[in-house]
Amino acid sequence: MTLSILIWLPLAISLVACLMPRPLVGRFAAVGSLVTLGIAISFLARFKLGHAGLQFVTDEVWISALGIHYKLGLDGLNVALVVLTTVLFSASLAWASFREWPRPRSFYFHFGLAESAVLGAFCAQDLALFIGFFDLMLIPFYFLTGMWGSGDRVRATTKLVIYTLVGSFFMLAGAVATGVLVSNQTGGSLTFVLSALQQVHLSHASQDWIFLCFAVAFLVKMPLVPFHGWLADGYKSMPIPAVAVFSGVVSKVAAYGFLRIVLPLFPYASVHFQMPMLIICLVSIMWGTLVAFTTNDARMVVAYSSVAQLSFITLGIFALKPTGDQGALLQMVNHGLVTAPLFFIVAAAATRAGGSEDLREMGGIAFRAPVLASLALIVALATLAMPGSSNFIGEFMILLGVFQSKTAVSVIAFLGVIGAAYYALRLFITAFHNRVGRSVTSRDVVLGEGVAIVPIVIVILVLAFYPQFGLRRSEPSVRAAIASAQIQAASGHALNVAAGRPLRVASR
Amino acid sequence: MSALVLAAAHLKGPHIDWKAFSPLLCLGGGGLVVLLVGLFRPAVVREKVVPGLAVIAFALTIAASIWRFHHPTSIIAGALSIDDLSLELFMLFSVAGIATVLMSWRAVAPRESGHGEYFGLLLFSALGMATFVSAQDLITLFLGIELLSIPLYILCASETRREGSLESGLKYLIVGSVGSATLVYGLSLVYGATGATAFSAIGQAMSANKLSGGVLGNAMVLTGLGLTIVGFAFKASVAPFHQWTPDVYEGAPTPITAFMATATKAAAMGAFLRFFDVAALGAQNTWAPLLATIAAITMIVGNSGALGQTSLKRMLGYSGVGQAGYMLAGVVVGTRLGIQATVFYLFGYLFMNLAAFAVVVCEEHERPDGDYLSALSGLGARKPWLAWPMTIGMLGLAGIPGTIGFIGKFQLISALVSGDYTWLAIVLVIGSMISLGYYLRVVATIWMRPPVAVPVVASRGGPGPGPGPGELAPIAGGSVEIESGEWDVEGPGAAGASLRYIEVVFVAVAFAAATIFFGIFPSPLFHLATHAANALGLSF
Repeated sequence: MTLSILIWLPLAISLVACLMPRPLVGRFAAVGSLVTLGIAISFLARFKLGHAGLQFVTDEVWISALGIHYKLGLDGLNVALVVLTTVLFSASLAWASFREWPRPRSFYFHFGLAESAVLGAFCAQDLALFIGFFDLMLIPFYFLTGMWGSGDRVRATTKLVIYTLVGSFFMLAGAVATGVLVSNQTGGSLTFVLSALQQVHLSHASQDWIFLCFAVAFLVKMPLVPFHGWLADGYKSMPIPAVAVFSGVVSKVAAYGFLRIVLPLFPYASVHFQMPMLIICLVSIMWGTLVAFTTNDARMVVAYSSVAQLSFITLGIFALKPTGDQGALLQMVNHGLVTAPLFFIVAAAATRAGGSEDLREMGGIAFRAPVLASLALIVALATLAMPGSSNFIGEFMILLGVFQSKTAVSVIAFLGVIGAAYYALRLFITAFHNRVGRSVTSRDVVLGEGVAIVPIVIVILVLAFYPQFGLRRSEPSVRAAIASAQIQAASGHALNVAAGRPLRVASR
Repeated sequence: MSALVLAAAHLKGPHIDWKAFSPLLCLGGGGLVVLLVGLFRPAVVREKVVPGLAVIAFALTIAASIWRFHHPTSIIAGALSIDDLSLELFMLFSVAGIATVLMSWRAVAPRESGHGEYFGLLLFSALGMATFVSAQDLITLFLGIELLSIPLYILCASETRREGSLESGLKYLIVGSVGSATLVYGLSLVYGATGATAFSAIGQAMSANKLSGGVLGNAMVLTGLGLTIVGFAFKASVAPFHQWTPDVYEGAPTPITAFMATATKAAAMGAFLRFFDVAALGAQNTWAPLLATIAAITMIVGNSGALGQTSLKRMLGYSGVGQAGYMLAGVVVGTRLGIQATVFYLFGYLFMNLAAFAVVVCEEHERPDGDYLSALSGLGARKPWLAWPMTIGMLGLAGIPGTIGFIGKFQLISALVSGDYTWLAIVLVIGSMISLGYYLRVVATIWMRPPVAVPVVASRGGPGPGPGPGELAPIAGGSVEIESGEWDVEGPGAAGASLRYIEVVFVAVAFAAATIFFGIFPSPLFHLATHAANALGLSF
């Protein structure tokens, strides 16, 4: 079984679902996504530990004239994220299938396309292919937000797409330049295969501008301050199942892109821009935390907590230390697992509060909904990185990594951890306890909600007990990914490796 | 009298290789046949046989082009070069021609101006394009541009009872004549400076430093090249010589607009390729910066101009200006990669634009305001068969992965970067970002806006002298205020309504499918583009 099946299955399922009678479309798509999940888990089970290199490689020449390969592969960097993607999409589809959507065939088609594109972006081992999937995954969300969203959905979705594609186009230019410059340097033919590009290091000036192109694309996608202009409208307008996967996995593709592409390909620039990146992360942590403190919109609390969490992840990546980057990778999975159920819980609370997502309208839901409240508490505690949760380990490793490389930064970043405790608990308390809101009619968790929330909460609990589960798989790959950046950092800015000299890297 | 006959018998024309000439013969001969058959009185002949014959003529041209592929020859005393680049462009013109015939089949324009004339002129215009792109000589080049332009001036005005159409034809005539005049002046200066009309001889003269003072120091050749660029720029609607484009595009009958947007642009780009990358390649460092600047301006101006448009044809006109800038970028590089990228993009541009224009034609058949963006509101729910092609066309033009537009832009950027024009690649990227603003607006209107009332279904035929506002009546189920939840009307009934103009829907769906297909499997087109680049004989 190849990775191609895993990637394209969701799209195929959604196309078949389009042929179903209308009431069955959603159920079929949800059940079908379990098959995808099963395949992803089978890859996880067959994944060999202790290897830094790629496994399950598919490598076909796609466009020979441009040297673009259809190359897919799993390694420690993406195996957990692939599984996370299928888990969250299954949960979201389960949530969606219990609700009525106008034009259901289009709805589930876009969902299937989204899952295929996200899986493709995680598995792609060719720069051009990655960009293809990266841009492609935006299109279904454009339609999902614009057609099934709420509020001023058209404006929100246009903003979302324009912001993201502007970044992507810069990345496209940077990626093409990388391929062309590398082939000029080696004298070989044009190629975009990542492993081949890693063998050659571009001149410092080229690395710098290409790094900036990629950074813009990824920072917009996450988003980090000051690239977050689309966030509030976009997250507010997206339908709940879409926002759960968007925040849960789509934003991770960007963080993953730094690890997969930027650090190995542009090590000099990564070191050169380490401090600016860390400062952007610090600003976003503060910004996200402060807004999450103050806003009364429950969904925005979750949205801005995501900004803060993704800043933490990026902080860990740009620590350029194995601990920091491993923590970042672990935290990507953890954050995906908490943010998606948080959106579901907010939606569940909102239906009990007369449809309003305003925290002031909620409150007191817990009295008649003990199970829902317990689920919410678990997720909230995981969000604030309670010791014992996997998130705690992730954040700890990130802070340790940053401490090792830039001590002052880690001290400031620690404030964000304290902030997280405040906004997560505030969200939980105001929504579920306190005085009863005006139009709150509480009832306990129903099947259509539990089916999405409970499985994810179980995964959170399992990971809390076995954090090694993710770490063991990722360690060798993470070391390989940041190896050249570390060499670069160690050699110092003055002792630059001569521009263009091939640098052997431990990875394949 | 007998002396004249004697003289004619002694006058020996150049040898003509009829096999190699066959594609042009199909177009020219087809044009004559169509013109003559159009004189028959029965309506069935005029309305069915004539378009059918036009399609056959175009199809024969494609067949002849495929037959002559890989047989590069120079015919008629070196006037025309029938090489792979020419043949590919012949095919492109013919594909655009067939699509235009299908879109015009039940349109108003041929009925008002006569079927024989309309379709005959279309074929003659295609013949002009074919001559234009295969010309190897300044004289033939000029002949070609005139033969391509004059029928188009008439075709633009072929809806003789609509003011906009007449205005468009007149405007095109005036601006086009200025362009032609500029071009011919430029060509004559080039001739004066180099003493040759054949491209190869001009090329040698420019590269061998035979010119007094070199290319840069020679005012005559510099002015000549400059004016030639301007002349071509008028035809290709490249900024700042593009102002006529939106007006003419908006006024002309939509099938003709589609033909101008795709085929004329391809012809102009083909001529750019041949003239600058063959004849004037020796002077590349002279014209390349100028052309690069023009390309950059074109990308920005075209894409910015499209932003606020409410008329789809105007918008596509401006978008075509921006896209011409992208294609010009490939010419600027002047390398094999650049030529490949331009030729590849020409095909992609053809597919994406025809898909979009076919949708506009179909909408115009059914409602007088079909050209306006607002007419597309809720199209996704009403007519999925039209909504998808339009969406794919727009996303393709915007350069979204999975469509041919993405591959085309990828290749252009790679050609630009490897040709040391990274700055132009960045401008291209910025142009693409601007273009998102209007392409996405169309997609949003199609899928995310509830349908507005359809003001009366125009009888068979496009926007004639439209009915007054009092006569506008909403069709069943099309009230003005439709809640967004209720516009859920997908189903066979809605799909059936859009299938009335099946041939136009076919064009839209076929080219949208091509946009996706070649976006995923671009290799066949890459081979074509490689052959085209080989044909120009570049060694690098």
